[in-house]
Amino acid sequence: MEIIKLDHITKEYDDGFVALKDINISIESGKFYSLLGPSGSGKTTILRIIAGFTEPSAGKLYFAGKDITGLDASKRHINTVFQNYALFPHLNVYENVAFGLKLKHRPDSEIRQKVKDALKTVRLDGYANREISELSGGQQQRVAIARAIINEPKVLLLDESLSALDKRLRKEMQFELRAIQKKLGITFIFVTHDQEEALAMSDEIFVLNDGTIQQSGSPVDIYDEPVNDFVARFIGDSNILSGKMIRDFEVEFAGKQFECADAGITPGEKVEVVLRPEDLDITATDPKLTMTVQSQLFLGDHFEIKAVDESGFEWLIHSTNGVKIGQEIGIFFDPEDIHVMRLGETEEEFDARLETYEGEDKE
Amino acid sequence: MRKKQSFFLLPYLLWIILFVIAPMVLIVGYSLTNSQGHFSLQNFTLFFSKGTFIGMMLNSFWYALLITFFCLLISYPAALALTRLKNQQFWLMLVILPTWINLLLKAYAFIGIFSRDGMVNQFLHLFGLGPAEIMFTDFAFIFVATYIEIPFMIMPIYNSLKEIDPALISASSDLGANFWQTFRYVIWPLSWPGVESGIQAIFIPSLSLFMLTRLIGGNRVITLGTAVEEYFLTTMNWNMGSTIGVILIVLMTIVMVLTSRKQHKKEIKL
Repeated sequence: MEIIKLDHITKEYDDGFVALKDINISIESGKFYSLLGPSGSGKTTILRIIAGFTEPSAGKLYFAGKDITGLDASKRHINTVFQNYALFPHLNVYENVAFGLKLKHRPDSEIRQKVKDALKTVRLDGYANREISELSGGQQQRVAIARAIINEPKVLLLDESLSALDKRLRKEMQFELRAIQKKLGITFIFVTHDQEEALAMSDEIFVLNDGTIQQSGSPVDIYDEPVNDFVARFIGDSNILSGKMIRDFEVEFAGKQFECADAGITPGEKVEVVLRPEDLDITATDPKLTMTVQSQLFLGDHFEIKAVDESGFEWLIHSTNGVKIGQEIGIFFDPEDIHVMRLGETEEEFDARLETYEGEDKE
Repeated sequence: MRKKQSFFLLPYLLWIILFVIAPMVLIVGYSLTNSQGHFSLQNFTLFFSKGTFIGMMLNSFWYALLITFFCLLISYPAALALTRLKNQQFWLMLVILPTWINLLLKAYAFIGIFSRDGMVNQFLHLFGLGPAEIMFTDFAFIFVATYIEIPFMIMPIYNSLKEIDPALISASSDLGANFWQTFRYVIWPLSWPGVESGIQAIFIPSLSLFMLTRLIGGNRVITLGTAVEEYFLTTMNWNMGSTIGVILIVLMTIVMVLTSRKQHKKEIKL
């Protein structure tokens, strides 16, 4: 069921800066969404428009089918977990969490029970009488979530909510956020610039850049089939080479021709080819390409190897085994590991093209 | 190194001893002796047995309270509005500017404005009203005192409002609060430290105002400050003057303690 719809939303500030250009998004209830993009891409502006802190310059915002474009933030069934939590420093944990219910003049006994449940959900039982200043960053984060979910919103917005935490705690909170979302069954819209975070938690990701949506889809779709080089570069590491389409399912790059899984592109057209570093295998027998190792970094769970091929392109390879610097290595990859991108192709055109030849396969 | 640091402290220590501690000791000493220089509590018994002194004390309290109240009434909305303006520095400058002018000068200016042939009466005359007797009234005294003290109330409130994270206001509204609820539960409690120092900065000096009581209040408004001046300069009874001084200090301390008291929260069992 569609719960939130952004219909041709545009945001232009007084100084002429255009933060959002014609954004169309449909959000379904009960799913975990991420708005992913670099700073200045407009992701926080979208969140603020949904929350009601910013009004769009043009376009409409629908909540469960009703137009709420001009509705005050306090009247929306949407709550927000703020970037730096924005907990009230003069109130303790109990008072912070109870804030929303106190405003509604609910009976004391009901407030107590709900605060207790909310604190239990975020695993902070027994912290009710703590002052905010006594809490660690991770605990403050949980209080902020408890405060936001106590109003039982249909949609919870999270603005870069994990970015202030250290790496280990961030990982832990990723699991926990996902668990809380599953338990409550409400829609989460999570704003982040961290692609790992978005990939790990989301049902669906919207990748934003320059105030436009570059691509939307499941984490796997976006990772495996980026629509353009921005998405390919922003999500994960990648080797992006310029190449030429020879015919359907055959592409030329690095001076050689390879079998690939893409079609529907005019033969002879200039394209870009994406190969993920973890899809490249170092092999001694029957290599598709040979290259010379330039440098190597040990990153704990894998080695990050940089190597240059005959055409001078610098490749990034992830390998569980180390190599020697200066060594000649052979590289092998499958046709499915090659992803071909047309220059300037939009997401709709990409989806339409995919339809034409993937449809054939199924027949 | 330690020695050097305490050396730098020396001028200030001397200052404190000579001009803060010594006068306090002297005032307390004078208040506890009679005109012959013998120890006696007669000044205090006199103060608390005579209705005029108690009346003066209550009077001082009452006027200081009124001045502080009107200052707060005008300053809080002004400070709140200031935080939302563009060119805040410019407006702040306008608020602070009057404090650069000598107090006496401002008092005399008001005499010019409020007197029988002053601007206010000339203006009233245009409508065939007046002349009204404005000088030497309670109204004139409180008006001028409030005018003079307002910057000292606006500044601390403005600063404390400025420190409130705008995200807290958004959070409050996000949780369903309208403007008044946000004001009551978030803005007001968070700006309280500024209000508190504003009250202290105005109430305490207002208790012992004496220049204005004479120039604007025409000695009809008698406060403890006026009484101190009378005893020291006119009747030369330093002992009684000091006694009133000590009582003023005690009153001020009580105000300080009362306004800065921390509230204790109830524990909530879940």
